[in-house]
Parts: sequence; structure tokens; C-alpha cells
Amino acid sequence: MRLRSLSIIWISLVLLACPAAYAADLTGAGASFPYPIYAKWAAQYHKETGHRVNYQSIGSGGGQQQIIAGTVDFGASDDPMPLDQLQRYDLLQFPAIIGAIVPIVNLPGVAAGELRLTGPVLADIFLGRITRWDDPAIAALNPGLKLPAHGIVVVHRADGSGTTFVWTHYLSQVSARWAAEVGQGKAIKWPTGHGGKGNEGVAAYVRQIRNAIGYVEFAYAHQNDLSWAQLENRAGRFVQPTQDTFVAAALAASDDDDPSMGLMLDNQAGPDAWPITAASFILVRKRPIRPERNQQVYAFFDWAFSQGAALARTLDYVPLPDPLVQRIRALWSAP
Amino acid sequence: MAATPAPILSNNPLYRRRRFTNRLMLGLSGLALGSGLFWLAWIIITLLVKGGAALSPALLLESTPPPGEAGGLLNAIVGSVLISGVATLIGTPIGVLAGTYLAEYGQRGWLAPMTRFLNDVLLSAPSIVIGLFIYAVYVAQVGHYSGWAGAFALAILVIPVVVRATDNMLGLVPNSLREAAAALGCPQWRIVLFISYRAARSGIITGILLAVARIAGETAPLLFTALNNQFLSLNMNAPMANLPVVIFQYAASPFEDWNHLAWAGAALITLLVLAINIAARSLFRK
Amino acid sequence: MSRFRSRPWADAGFRQLTRLFAFLVFVLLLGILGSLVYGSRDAIMTFGPAFLWGEDWDPVRQNFGALVTVAGTLISSFLALLIAVPVSFGIAWFLTELAPMWMRRPLGIAIEMLAAIPSIIYGMWGLFVFVPLFQAHVQPHVIGLFAGVPVLEHLFAGPPMGIGLFTAGLILSIMIVPFIAAVMRDVFEQVPAMLKESAYGLGSTTWEVVWKVMLPYTRQGVIGGIMLGLGRALGETMAVTFVIGNAFKLPSSIFSPSNSIASALANEFNEAGGLQKSALLELGLILFLITTVVLALSKFMLLRMARKEGTR
Repeated sequence: MRLRSLSIIWISLVLLACPAAYAADLTGAGASFPYPIYAKWAAQYHKETGHRVNYQSIGSGGGQQQIIAGTVDFGASDDPMPLDQLQRYDLLQFPAIIGAIVPIVNLPGVAAGELRLTGPVLADIFLGRITRWDDPAIAALNPGLKLPAHGIVVVHRADGSGTTFVWTHYLSQVSARWAAEVGQGKAIKWPTGHGGKGNEGVAAYVRQIRNAIGYVEFAYAHQNDLSWAQLENRAGRFVQPTQDTFVAAALAASDDDDPSMGLMLDNQAGPDAWPITAASFILVRKRPIRPERNQQVYAFFDWAFSQGAALARTLDYVPLPDPLVQRIRALWSAP
Repeated sequence: MAATPAPILSNNPLYRRRRFTNRLMLGLSGLALGSGLFWLAWIIITLLVKGGAALSPALLLESTPPPGEAGGLLNAIVGSVLISGVATLIGTPIGVLAGTYLAEYGQRGWLAPMTRFLNDVLLSAPSIVIGLFIYAVYVAQVGHYSGWAGAFALAILVIPVVVRATDNMLGLVPNSLREAAAALGCPQWRIVLFISYRAARSGIITGILLAVARIAGETAPLLFTALNNQFLSLNMNAPMANLPVVIFQYAASPFEDWNHLAWAGAALITLLVLAINIAARSLFRK
Repeated sequence: MSRFRSRPWADAGFRQLTRLFAFLVFVLLLGILGSLVYGSRDAIMTFGPAFLWGEDWDPVRQNFGALVTVAGTLISSFLALLIAVPVSFGIAWFLTELAPMWMRRPLGIAIEMLAAIPSIIYGMWGLFVFVPLFQAHVQPHVIGLFAGVPVLEHLFAGPPMGIGLFTAGLILSIMIVPFIAAVMRDVFEQVPAMLKESAYGLGSTTWEVVWKVMLPYTRQGVIGGIMLGLGRALGETMAVTFVIGNAFKLPSSIFSPSNSIASALANEFNEAGGLQKSALLELGLILFLITTVVLALSKFMLLRMARKEGTR
């Protein structure tokens, strides 16, 4: 009797281990920047085709590491890999979506889009040189606002983040001091502040802690009624983070001809361009252990490029322009 | 000293000071107990209020949603049940047999005392280190995250609890039982299997229940082993949704729907763990 | 009588089987240690012993050091002990000596429920419930209270952020109270009634009995219990990572954000590669060694306490 129940348990265990053969089960991991749209795409794709694309947000650094280690079918990163590294690890890289990073603040009484900041001022805040909200540099930009006489609580990323890469890339361009003292990267030595895990963690911290400032992908700010700031762009105009300003910055993507496909869209020259726009990239192995997986990954993103554009816009992402999509499709078919 | 001892009057300053100290300390210790109960009550009430707000049938019927949508925790619950179940199935036989060696055969030699000591070290090892271990020896070698990896990590957490429970419970079985069986011609292995186990059965089951309660809320080891899954999946050989990691991800996020789900999941796990503890306690008393 | 056909291999076989699994536990622990050492060999060879006091954690320049995380781990754990030990002592004493009999079991069970709550819930409750209240209503007063006091001013300085070392220590203390209280209760109950009654007979107050008679008698057990709680606090990940602030800087005040080894691992491991991964594994090794030493000491103390009880 006992032997029979034990054998039933064992047989069930064996059956559990057999992978489901009928539907594709892809695993991807990486950047939290595009996570909201990838998750929405995956849910819709599952409804329409039955295939499951399981995307986990572990940070751009995680996405790169895990695709190099081969533990996932595709990695996602906002920090584009340079050509020599792509060749070294035998990876293929292509952009999948464009989004924007916004500075978010928790200032009682200050609504979303009211606060005005410039690149150099932002850099000084994150350098720890400007420590109070009522500092003259900030007050000069915001004559109409009542800024609290409290210290600024800086929140940054605790994990290796492509969002951080784009953010620091931007700061390095607008602030010579930042470029000299800190530099750019997915994980840097932050001069000041607290670390949150993922875009989610930074948003959660800024939401919880008064007088905090952080940076997140726009969907995280918009979906959660967080207060963002206006920024002065390269043309000297203060712009709000909207679909239009993101699209204005994304125009440069059409002309990109970088062989590594690693286009950078921040600090663009257009008069309406949002200064911290960025593309997010997908990495696959050129010679994966299971070759059909790559085809399934391409099928998913092909669906996303053609059918997922509307969903992307509802979350305030910018779908890739057509010329770029054509280039990507050509890349997939290349041997 | 005086010829006759002075009566202890209540206004004797030394006595007054001692009495004051005594009352002060009694008060402080009552305060300590009160504060412990205060934190407990606050946490449980928070859980019930926030978690209760999100409890609905959808919790058990729908899978985890993408950000900004409502959903449930079905895939996480199923995944946790699978992973914990497999971990218990793997860890229990190993733990029981190892504990049996310690109690029944470990009177001489170096292996038993050494294993007991190392078992206690393993019992209190940081669970995140166990997760790192399984990542290094299994996930990285096999090439993907999986429910199996998560189960192995949790099994390593189950084993020391079960070893210790088995060791203690078998040790409590009176030797007279064993000697009586031996006198009747019972071989040693039968004594252990049919006499000792039967006598210690409720205690060992208590130990297994406590092990399950322990792994129910463990998050850190699953971060690098089972990862997580947006969808309902029964495939143990692929990343699998599980309640603690989902709670971790959702709690640390800014999406309100996700926060509600995180609290609901937390309430679920806490109620389960408390129920297991109470069950183990009442089982043991029988 | 066929059921009792002699199977001489059965006895030896069963014995070897159990021996094998006992050996497995042994091997498992050594395996964990070994894999940690193997994984951290790059970091060990690159940084050598200077890793232990290296203050830098710079993934860009690939320079790593353990000082910040080790300090954060130790400080938050000791803070936790500072709060938890008197509280546990009060609870244990109340439950063994002072509470009426009908109260003891339910209260004891209630305190043990604290141990049953999974640690991630402590983290969540800490960040979402405790931190906002602490940041708004308690911290500013504490900072204001010590402003101007020469040394303590710097210890309690900082903008009130709610999260930080102190909050992490406080949450940890709530977590370890049930463990320490349980051990203290057990050893207090082992004190021979004769000893206590003699003290009472001489006119001691209840407090004096516990402070001057029970504690010295149970000293080793109490220390063992405290170290058990310390071991738990050192290895705790989830409760700490929500509220410690995740900043790789040496804390300048009790309210500074910091980092613990476990929370650094949880945050960075999935994305680390090469030297950073090796450095993280070395951190894991250090944590494992610290907790093992603390636990070994605790077991040793408790063993000596048990022996003493046995000579009664």
C-alpha cells in the first residue's frame, strides 16, 4: 500500500519534469526599463498565439550576464554592447523599443511637471553638491514654486542598470564635472544617495520618502502618479515628458547606421526633443544550444513590431520607426 | 553589629531602594512583553487589513498580471506548492535517514557528533548562501533557471530541520522498547523501521511540518534558482513562479495593483505558516 | 515463519544507508564552503587580505572591498542585539517568574508567532508602514534632540529618511526577539527551585533573585541564546534589504543608509560577472564564516550550560 503511493508520487514527479511540448516557452531577462511593455506584449501574445514569453526584470547587467551565461533565451539591456564585445561573446543585438527617463521628485505641494531642472543642476544634485531643495540654483529656475527648506534625498539604482547607464551618459554630456568625477556606466560609484532595486525600487522609494529625487523610465512615473520634472534640452527649451517630445528625440533613430545597432538617443538637438530618451536592446546568442529558440524570439518581436505598437503607445513608449524595423528584420535573416 | 537586629521598617532607605528597583524592573519587563506583543499585533493587523483588502476569488483563479492590471496569484501559488512539495519530498528522506543514523547508530565514532554539529551550522546558515551554492553547482552548469534548482535549494533548508527533529525524537524513544524487540529476535533494521519510527512518528511529522513552514516564506534562495514566471507553468525544468519572489518583486514596485497582490500573498503565506505551526504544536501534544 | 528468514545483509545495509545520508549532510556543508571558496578565488587572488578593509565598491574601475558591507552587517546586527536582548530578557523573565500560570502558554505562543512570520513580511511592513511614520514623526525629534550635544550629535545626524541602519537594526531586533526569548525561557526554567527559594528565603526581591541568582547560573545559556539571535540577524536578507538603503558608503551616523552582505548579494548577484561576481561570492564566504563562528560559539556555550544542568 505504501509502496504504491510512493510509486505514484515518483511517477508524478517524472511527469512533472517533462517539458510541455505543445507551446513555446521562452525565458528572457534583463532591463526593468522596458519591463512594463514587454510584460504587456507577452500577455497579449499569449492570448493570441498561446506561446509564453516569460520576461523577468533583473536589471540590464543581469540581462547581459545571463545571456552570456546562456541561462536565458534572450537578454534585455538599455546599455548597448559595443561591437567588440558582441563579437567576443558571439551575440546579436537589436533595439526593440524606445522610451524615456524622467527625473521624479516627492515634494509636497509640487505637482507633476511643475518643477524645472537643467542638466547641470541635476548633475550637481546627484554629485551631492546641491543638498537642499531651496538652494539658489534650483530656486532660480523655479521662481513661482515654494521649495521646502529640507535636504534632498537622492535615490539611485542599487543594481546594474541600463537606465543608470543612459542617465549617467546624459549627465556626462551636460556636466563636465560629472564626466570627470563619476563617469558613466550601468553601476557606478554614486557620490551620494540610497539605492533602490530596479526602476520599481527607485519609484517605490521616491514615493515613500519625502523630499526625494530619483530617475525612472517614464511608464513607472506615469502609471503611479509620481511627480516628474521638466528638463531643459540641448536647444535651450524646457520640455515636458510627452509622446511628442519622445518621438521628436527618436527621429534620429531612423538615420542610425551603427553596425552594432547600439543607438544612443539622449541629448538630441531637436527643439522639442526630450533630453533623456533611450532605446532598449535585445541580445541573443548567435549559436544557441537550441537554435529554434532564436526563431521563436524573432517571431515574438516581429509580432511586437507589427501588432504591438498601439500597446506601446498606451504605456508612453515609442515604437521603433519603420526603417529601423526593416534593418532589424534583415539582421535576423542574415546567416 | 547591634546586639539586636533592627526591625525592617518600611522607611528603611536601603529597603526602599531595593523595593523601588524591584518594582521598576518588574514594570520594565512587563513593558518588554507588551512591546513584543505590540509589534506582533501591529504586523498581523497590517497584514490582515492590507492583505484582506486584496483577497478575492480572483486571487486563486488568475495568474500574475503585467504592471498596471489586476490579476491573481494562481501561478505563484501553484509554483510554490510544487517547489516546496518537491523540496520536502527530497529533503525528508535524506533528513530522516541521517537523523536515524545519529540517534540509532551514532553512539560511537566521530561521524555522529561531527554531523550533529555541522547540521546545526547548516540549520542556521544564511539562506542566500544556499541559493548561491545551487546557482554555482546546478543552474550555471545546466544552463537555465528552473523549478528543480529552487527545489534543491529549499531541500537543503529542509534537511537540517528534519535531521534535528528525527534525532531528538528518536532519542526520546525509551530503550526498553528496543530491548524488548531485540529480545524477541527482531533484527536491528526492523527495530528501527517498525518500533522506533512508529514511536517517534508524531514528533518526526512535527519536524517535517516545521520544515515546510520554514521554507514557505524563504525568498533569497529562490532569487537565483527558480527566478520567476509570468505564466502558469507546471514545467519544473524552467523558471517557475513562486509566491515569495512575486511578493518581493511586487512589494518593491510602484504599481498599486501589484502592491495589493503583494500584501495578499504575504497574508496568505503568514496564515499558512501560522496554521502549520499550530498544527505541529497540537500534533505533538497528542 | 518465512517472514523471519534471516537476511544478514539487511542490518548492515540499513546501517550503511543511514550512514551514507549522515555523511551526505557532512559533505553538503563542505560542498557549500568549497564552492564559495572556488567561486571567490579570482577575488581572493586579485585583492588578497586587503579585501577585508577595502572601502571601495566600484564596478566601473573593478575595485571591490568588503568593509562597507561587513560594517553594515555587523552594525545592524549589534543594534538589533542592543534592542532585542533587554526586551527578550524582560519577556523571558515575565513568562517564567511573574506571569500567572494561565497566561504563560498563550503569551508564550504569541511571542513564538513572531518567529513564524516570514522575513519578507518584516521587510514589507518595515518599508511601507513603519518607515513613513518613523520618518515623519520620530526621526526629526530624535535628530533635533541630539543636535548640539557634542559627540552624540554626529551619531544621530542626517536628513530624516526613514530608511537606514537604525531602521534595519530595529526590524531585525523584532525578528530575533522570539529566538533569544525562547532560549532564555528554557534556561531560566532549568534553574533549580532550591536555589531560587533559598534566595527568597533570605529576603531577596524578585528582581534580585533573577539578577543575582538566576542570571549568573544561566549565564552561559543566556549568552548561547544571544549568539543564536546574532547568527540569525547576521544572515537575514529580506527584512534588511527593503529598509537599509543600499548605499555602498561607510555610515556616518546611525540614520545613514548602508548595505549588508546579504542585501548586496540579493541586489547584485544576478547581474554580476567576472571579478564582481567573484567579489560577491567572497562576501558570501565571509558571511558564512562569520555566522559559522558565531553559531559554533553559541553551541559551545549552550553545551556547557547543559552539562552544568546535568551535574545537578
